[in-house]
Amino acid sequence: MLSEKGYIDPAALDAIVDYYETKVGPRNGAKVVAKAWREPAFKESLLADATKAVGTLGHVSRVGDHLVAVENTPKRHNMVVCTLCSCYPWEILGLPPVWYKSAPYRSRAVKDPRGVLADFGVKLPIDIEIRVWDSTAETRFLVLPIRPAGTDGWSEEQLAELVTRDCMIGTGLPKNPSEIR
Amino acid sequence: MDGVHDMGGMDGFGKIEVEKNEPVFHASWEGRVLAMQRSMAYARAWNIDHSRFAQEQLPPITYLSASYYQRWALGMEKNIIERGFASAEELKAGHATTPGKMLRRKLTVSVLQDSLTRPSYFRQQQAPALFKPGDRVRTRNIHPKTHTRLPRYARGKLGVVERCQGCHMYPDSVAVDQGDNPQWLYTVVFTGNELWGPDGDPTVQVSIEAFEPYLESA
Repeated sequence: MLSEKGYIDPAALDAIVDYYETKVGPRNGAKVVAKAWREPAFKESLLADATKAVGTLGHVSRVGDHLVAVENTPKRHNMVVCTLCSCYPWEILGLPPVWYKSAPYRSRAVKDPRGVLADFGVKLPIDIEIRVWDSTAETRFLVLPIRPAGTDGWSEEQLAELVTRDCMIGTGLPKNPSEIR
Repeated sequence: MDGVHDMGGMDGFGKIEVEKNEPVFHASWEGRVLAMQRSMAYARAWNIDHSRFAQEQLPPITYLSASYYQRWALGMEKNIIERGFASAEELKAGHATTPGKMLRRKLTVSVLQDSLTRPSYFRQQQAPALFKPGDRVRTRNIHPKTHTRLPRYARGKLGVVERCQGCHMYPDSVAVDQGDNPQWLYTVVFTGNELWGPDGDPTVQVSIEAFEPYLESA
């Protein structure tokens, strides 16, 4: 009906579906994280202005104006949610998984983030503060996880293999080096 | 509006279920719904806050029982009808009986890349920013019947401005066709105990992205 009205082009619909199914996904974000782990100057620029920093990488599609990277430290763990709808950094992580858009995650992340982490099998020491970012505007957040120990000298490609989608949302941690070696 | 979409802090929805090896789409119609929505947005038929507001106005039982892309489809139908792009009868029949409205632009394969980059929401400031990082603020206790991006759990709460995110179009105005009405946007952080009282986790901090009209000095 929309096509008969002249509003949509079926070929463009197919191309959009193909883009989200095959071209964009968490691998894009993993490359950004791996580069930040290896290159202090890139990490600094990513934390200062993620849109600009990611925009300099030819292998990732252009990102909109409002990307913010937030860094996990030994004292602070970051977690991202959208309690009001489903805001998510599509351009670097692809489309969000069903659980991210679900009522259990949206309702609990801001009140009981440690309980949410437990659902994901993650238990953090009590002296690590948890910071939850509710994406209530057009700002989009990417968590920069802590680089796993035992990865000195690893290439960007090797490091990217450790970076899971969930660790860039903050509901997971990067893989242990022993898991991929 | 104080709807069921505003879920932060609600109890009873249960455990988070993670699907292993989840596909991008669970059925081909889901991808088409997303692509249709993208096409209509590119055509500037409506914008992201109109889409959100349309979904928020679904009956609560529908909102909670529909799947994510079913909700998108229902919100899209509402905008199609209310904005005069087609009639309810045409939607039901699946066929057009009258010619379409003129679009400002149309998404085709040749302009696909443009449509895949998120548009900028920055807008020209109308006044200097009232707050700066470090300022103590209290969120207003407001309950508009229309679209707002100030979640219920964070109303009337004391927080600290952490960052200024620039001047953006204002969803509360855009969603009701009152124009961009640019407003400063801030990251405002609250302690777990400020939000949830003694039931809160003192090792948790939560931030929202708050537009300036949501805030007052504290």
